[in-house]
Amino acid sequence: MTRTVPPSSEPEAQTATAPKDVAPAVALHTGTSNVRQLLTSNLRQSGIYVAFVAIVALFAVLTDGTLLSPGNVTNIVLQYSYILILAIGMVIVIIAGHIDLSVGSVVALTGAVSAVLVIRQGMPWWVGVLAALATGLAIGAWHGFWVAYVGIPAFIVTLAGMLLFRGLTLQVLDNISLSPFPPAYGEIASGFLNGLIGGDGYDAFTLLIGGIAVAGYAMSQYRSRIARIRYQQPVESFPLFVTKIVLVGAVVMAFAWQLAHARGLPIVLIILAVLILVYGVITKRTVFGRQVYAIGGNLAAATLSGVKVRAVNFWIFVNMGFLAAIAGVVFSSRSNGAQPGAGNMFELDAIAAAFIGGAAVTGGVGTVVGAMVGGLIMAVMSNGMQLMGVDQSIQSVVKGLVLLLAVAFDVYNKRRAGASR
Amino acid sequence: MDDHILEMRGITKTFPGVKALEDVNLAVRRGEIHAICGENGAGKSTLMKVLSGVYPTGSYEGEIVFDGQPVRFSGIRDSEHVGIVIIHQELALVPYLSIAENIFLGNERRGRFGVIDWNKANAEAGELLRSVGLDENPVTPVGQLGVGKQQLVEIAKALSKDVRLLILDEPTAALNDNDSAHLLDLLRRLRDRGITCIMISHKLNEITAVSDNVTVIRDGKTVETLSLHAGEVTQERIIRGMVGRDLESYYPERESHPGEEVLRVEDWTVWHPTQERKIVDGASLTVRAGEVVGIAGLMGAGRTELAMSIFGRAYGRNITGRMYVHGKEVKPRNVAEAIDVGIAYATEDRKHYGLNLIEDIRRNVSAAALGKLASNGFVNGNEEIKVAEGYRRDMNIKAPSVASVVGKLSGGNQQKVVLSKWLYTDPEVLILDEPTRGIDVGAKYEIYTIINRLVAAGKAVLVISSELPELLGICDRIYTLSAGRITGEMPVGQATQENLMELMTKEKELAA
Repeated sequence: MTRTVPPSSEPEAQTATAPKDVAPAVALHTGTSNVRQLLTSNLRQSGIYVAFVAIVALFAVLTDGTLLSPGNVTNIVLQYSYILILAIGMVIVIIAGHIDLSVGSVVALTGAVSAVLVIRQGMPWWVGVLAALATGLAIGAWHGFWVAYVGIPAFIVTLAGMLLFRGLTLQVLDNISLSPFPPAYGEIASGFLNGLIGGDGYDAFTLLIGGIAVAGYAMSQYRSRIARIRYQQPVESFPLFVTKIVLVGAVVMAFAWQLAHARGLPIVLIILAVLILVYGVITKRTVFGRQVYAIGGNLAAATLSGVKVRAVNFWIFVNMGFLAAIAGVVFSSRSNGAQPGAGNMFELDAIAAAFIGGAAVTGGVGTVVGAMVGGLIMAVMSNGMQLMGVDQSIQSVVKGLVLLLAVAFDVYNKRRAGASR
Repeated sequence: MDDHILEMRGITKTFPGVKALEDVNLAVRRGEIHAICGENGAGKSTLMKVLSGVYPTGSYEGEIVFDGQPVRFSGIRDSEHVGIVIIHQELALVPYLSIAENIFLGNERRGRFGVIDWNKANAEAGELLRSVGLDENPVTPVGQLGVGKQQLVEIAKALSKDVRLLILDEPTAALNDNDSAHLLDLLRRLRDRGITCIMISHKLNEITAVSDNVTVIRDGKTVETLSLHAGEVTQERIIRGMVGRDLESYYPERESHPGEEVLRVEDWTVWHPTQERKIVDGASLTVRAGEVVGIAGLMGAGRTELAMSIFGRAYGRNITGRMYVHGKEVKPRNVAEAIDVGIAYATEDRKHYGLNLIEDIRRNVSAAALGKLASNGFVNGNEEIKVAEGYRRDMNIKAPSVASVVGKLSGGNQQKVVLSKWLYTDPEVLILDEPTRGIDVGAKYEIYTIINRLVAAGKAVLVISSELPELLGICDRIYTLSAGRITGEMPVGQATQENLMELMTKEKELAA
């Protein structure tokens, strides 16, 4: 049991001298105010936020403000939630250096399983949901087995899965569409929480939840700032810190305001928010998350550092199957039925979201929040172009170019960073 | 008058925030072997990139005169056009293509209608191979050759381009003594044929053996050019130019107080992962607390394979034998379990097996012992920074902060990150595979100092090295390994380069 003794090698002894009693009040006035430096030092991440704001502004102008109207904001959330859910799993897969081409088919199959049980067999809605999730987990385990334990590239395994699970969807559905779901099932993707605490012409509950979210964000940011100061880490200056929180708070509240003036808080938004929070923490703070980045960054080094590469890879795919099942439930609920062709090309939207959000093609880089912003960029563009009545073919061309430019920007950035040494 | 084939005058190259080269002058005589040496980060590679056109004219100040004419290169093709060819440390050969295909890659021998004339290409390649002394069929895929032979293919490729100035960046870094000797011999023959060579090297004994002149670069400036014909330029003299001071000794002093036995390996046998042959055959060894034990062996003797198989079976199959840590038998089945029983292995190839180059210092330092920073699976990021910051100070890792990306550090500093990572796992025995490969003299001394501090703190250290003087300088006891067998063991007091080399080649002769 010699290893359980707290770190006793010499370097430890010296590091323990870091003072722990820096008063927050003093530290509030430390840190840099150099916005430009903060932005450029993190260009890869900040670039995407700037792009997102620019695209929202552009389409808001082009659509005479319709883009940001209460009804349309709600619509965007309902319409693209399942892509965002898929993108959460996809970015983790991509960080580890893999890819998953099968998620569209998995969305279809999980939705079909659920529809068969609920619509054809008349079982309660939650049985359908559980069966879909179980199916997703099983599919994830199947992919994980081939990728992690047999060692077949994920591209091939999931390409096979794409065909395989599309075929099974057709089998399960006997080649026909099933609909409609009972109303309770439809609530998942189309339901709202509203009127719980009243409000006149708007939904007070939605605003309350928005307020709680902002307060929670401010609290966690403040606590992490204090912790960083205690560990003598660089932080941004206090005015800048406040500005950042006020900005984020304003955006969230404006968003909640628009929702409150439409139909209230979509249930699917709650699901999505919880998933983003949970997976944000998993990727950033947990040992598992770190190991995902380590595998993607240098597989051999990760192996020789004691990372159980096979197990991590296996669970990455199980997780992807799980999230694809959630997306499958949401999509089937939203479309109020299951179709043999459901989820077609979803994998490409999810992959595009991850890459636009700053994930690296070679693995090792990417964030959940980045993928969400990447997904929203795609969503706002599609939605904006639909509002403008742009032809489907042109929409496809624009989306393709945006994806290409986003990755080109990333490659250019990397090359510039490489050349500076 | 000296007949200079190349003169670089007043070269200054600036990167954002750094002056990599400042007013560097280099004059190379026609038909000589000119060595360039300097610590890592001194600017040698940058200078060669300026010369070969990787950094085009206009991105630097100063002038280059080749063969009496001022030249302006806008890319590597321009420099090749006048006969300057650079061979990089990381060889640029395609493993699946044949020797001939590699030699003429980008420079194909066209016949009628622009179709490649393979008969002609293979015949020419055969001649080139003979001229570099490589006895291989030109249609052999390059991937089947050893590193030493691949190096010769690179030179043959350069010859096919009618090279007049050949630049070699660390040509012998990955070669064993035999291949190195062969290569140096070839350089002499090329010189006799009138080809000028510039050789960048850390190996001072090779520099003094083959070169005519040596230019020393330090901190982006030319320090001096020494002629080696006078005969009084010693390795110590060159080192003084490189580091700007006399190193009192290559190896720091240490008193040896071996304690109780920490690691014992008995009758260890390892099979090749895919082929039917033994890589390690019945090896036994022990390492005691406070002791540095060396393993000397030629390339291919199974040194790395022995170490990696001990380290949680990271190499090989059908591994048999017994292993004890502090007298207790342990059977680690994977790397995580090996770390748990207190074994750490710092790889010989830090870029491919040791570090996540796109991550920062902090995450690399914590990579092998994340569990120590975590509770319930959640990593304490601030504690992690504190730990990494401690190692950065303690190991003297030269980087602005622990958030610096490891890929941008120099070799010596990267090696310190690797060591920090393994020290943080708090190992009982630390296996160091070529701990000073590719790092400069100053950083080597620092690494030795760190090793000394470890053993002073009661750790056991096992060092694998190709450099016998290094083993003789830092070890208490040395094993020799040949063809997977331990062929000898002796305290450092009895060891000499000669008797070690004899034991290192012993088994080979038996087998032959």
